[in-house]
Amino acid sequence: MESTDKTIIAPAYEEDVLIEELGYDDHFHDHHHGDKYQSNFVTTYIFSQDHKMIAKQFLITGMFWALIGGLMSLVFRLQLGFPEESMAWLKPVLGKWISISEAGVGTLAPEFYYALVTMHGTIIVFFVLTAGLSGTFSNLLIPLQVGARDMASPFLNMLSYWFFFLAGVIMFLSLFLSTGPFSGGWTAYPPLSALPQASSGSGAGMTLWTISLVFFVVSVLLGGVNYITTVLNLRTKGMTMWRLPLTIWAFFVTAILGLLSFPVLFSGFLLLIFDRELGTSFYLNEIFVGGQALEYAGGSPVLYQHLFWFLGHPEVYIIILPAMGIVSEVLSVHARKPIFGYKAMVYSILAIGFLSFIVWAHHMFMSGVNPFISNFFVIFTLIIAVPSAVKVFNWISTLYGGNIRFNAASLFGIGFVSMFISGGLTGIFLGNSAIDIVMHDTYFVVAHFHIVMGVAAMFGMFAGIYHWYPKMFGRFMNDTLGRIHFWGTIIGAYAIFWPMHYLGMAGVPRRYYSFDSFETFRHFGTMNQFITIAAIIVFALQVLFVINFFYSIWYGKKQKTRNPWGATTLEWTTPIRPGHGNWEGKIPTVQRWAYDYGKDGKEFIPQILPPQEGESEEVH
Amino acid sequence: MMDVAVNKEMKGRNKIHPQKFALYAALASIMMMFAAFTSALVVRRAAGNWLEFRLPDIFFYSTAVILLSSVTMQASYYYFKKGNAALYRTLLVITTVLGISFIYLQYQGWTAMYDIGLPLSGGPVSGSFIYLISGAHAAHVLGGIAVLVVALLHAYILPYKATPRRKLRFEMSLIYWHFVDFLWVYLLTFFVLQS
Repeated sequence: MESTDKTIIAPAYEEDVLIEELGYDDHFHDHHHGDKYQSNFVTTYIFSQDHKMIAKQFLITGMFWALIGGLMSLVFRLQLGFPEESMAWLKPVLGKWISISEAGVGTLAPEFYYALVTMHGTIIVFFVLTAGLSGTFSNLLIPLQVGARDMASPFLNMLSYWFFFLAGVIMFLSLFLSTGPFSGGWTAYPPLSALPQASSGSGAGMTLWTISLVFFVVSVLLGGVNYITTVLNLRTKGMTMWRLPLTIWAFFVTAILGLLSFPVLFSGFLLLIFDRELGTSFYLNEIFVGGQALEYAGGSPVLYQHLFWFLGHPEVYIIILPAMGIVSEVLSVHARKPIFGYKAMVYSILAIGFLSFIVWAHHMFMSGVNPFISNFFVIFTLIIAVPSAVKVFNWISTLYGGNIRFNAASLFGIGFVSMFISGGLTGIFLGNSAIDIVMHDTYFVVAHFHIVMGVAAMFGMFAGIYHWYPKMFGRFMNDTLGRIHFWGTIIGAYAIFWPMHYLGMAGVPRRYYSFDSFETFRHFGTMNQFITIAAIIVFALQVLFVINFFYSIWYGKKQKTRNPWGATTLEWTTPIRPGHGNWEGKIPTVQRWAYDYGKDGKEFIPQILPPQEGESEEVH
Repeated sequence: MMDVAVNKEMKGRNKIHPQKFALYAALASIMMMFAAFTSALVVRRAAGNWLEFRLPDIFFYSTAVILLSSVTMQASYYYFKKGNAALYRTLLVITTVLGISFIYLQYQGWTAMYDIGLPLSGGPVSGSFIYLISGAHAAHVLGGIAVLVVALLHAYILPYKATPRRKLRFEMSLIYWHFVDFLWVYLLTFFVLQS
């Protein structure tokens, strides 16, 4: 296997000369006034309008939330794995949520357990895997890879980050309420979310949760409008849609999904806010709380589920598509081969995007939906397996016979494919309503979506971070630590989630605080301990990653050449530390598609290099 | 010859101004929000226990007002391009006044609903839906009025000049105003067809 240090045999070319010769002059540099983006400290690091800085802001905020969300999962895993052990040592952190008995044994408050589960889901799904993943890489790569100075509207792009930041601040504040954060599950089904008196977290906790997510929706929409407009309108000369790298295709479809599905969630929230604050009965029917009949009548909680999952299902593709795009690019670059079936990849992204809008009710097989209507959703759900399988086949074919460089980036890319296969297969089980009726709300479901959506998307994110780290900071992350991070995480992640399939098949329900009163589940105690220990080890490895990340910003190996991976795409033609505006002089023009690896005996041919004499036809 | 070559090169790129395109994308997003509201109404109605009622007439008057405002806005744009500054300004003022009248009439419509025993809360949910949906629409019209106020400031403070930049701004205001108009017509048709 090739080591990363091997010198790349590349066609002789000089980026600056090529760009000067063939580039497109948009009069970026005015000799009298300098470039059009002048900046000081505040506009560079805080209220930056540079897409690259906004990407870093999204990434670092996302990492902060990933650590918080991860720590929460450790606390509830401790409860599940070691229900008998004293948690008194957590008292200094969790305060009143740990009650200490006379014998000195500390127990986690059940309502706080539910709050932790709810916050873990909300934070990881929205703040980490939506904003942290698509926010980071769409911002970083769209202008760089399509050959644009910045986004269509840098100002709205900045607002997009700050709305996300604000959403985070509000959610963070809700953690410190005396009644606790919202605790009715990340899906926030009514009546727990609609009645302030329903549970301790349903009052102020839910109010802050709703405000936070409304700001988050605004952030996603501002970002999405920008991404779509930039991809369609600001591509450089020669960059046709069929020459776009797959990353851009994935971000583009992701943004469309977000733009069409998040407003529906917003509608659902608005109805919820009306029920909570103005006393309407959209979601609430005759309800008794504490023996008292409430004044609501005629509402339907299933209506909320429809609105929520109309967003909720596209949302899982909003999470996984960017990871798919990143992995396609990373695998192709590090296997030194063109991506297999480029057009099939694009069509399958489009197919997945379309199908994701007509399968939402497969989350609602148990909500009393007519079984004949369920059939419709079962069929479309299972059809999603087809484009997904096409993608998996193409990734494996790309790797097959490749001259693979095994570094942290490509390993995480390969790990993504492994996770996506494992998690995707259980999706076929759950997509059948007949099986789902038995499996729903068990650990089988937890295992399925953590592997296919949580771990897989995280792996895509890690692949992207290791691969584009030089582009962000002009330095490399330590690859040995990266490989330790990879092997520990993939083994650990399977150790956590594989056993959960068995728990689920045995009927162990998710979201339960304790299984003490179930004789049937008693013998799973050791399995739960095993899962908890694996989770602690995996979390420790993520801390290692965070240390590696921040250490490398200042002390990592310096990037010496512009194109360290020997990639074809435009982002590697900029100066090593590109300023705002990305290219100093002209904008490069594009002469070929993004995957000319190993063509005519050349290891790679960058997109800016015009067709050479005697070069074979462009086929893809 | 040179010009032709450049134009040919630029063809297929920037056919539409990026900001205008971004506006269309945002409108698609707003449209999805209202599609969700109206679908929610359909789903809820299908579940039964639904009170039918006749929409107060005042909502039809407000429809006429907002339709008229679209016409005056379009006329204002026409005279802006023609170079008739006086008519351009006057028609813009009329549009704004019509826009504010629309909001006032909607408010009258809500009070009329309250008077016939359809309060926002505590009454039948079919009434709550009308408040919610027309209220969300009114919020978007208020946004449109804010846009019109900015357009008015441009019209009266800046010297009249049809620069490409100002033309683009005007066109974007125009598109948005037509959009809230169209949106209300859709919503009203929907309400009428549903009852």
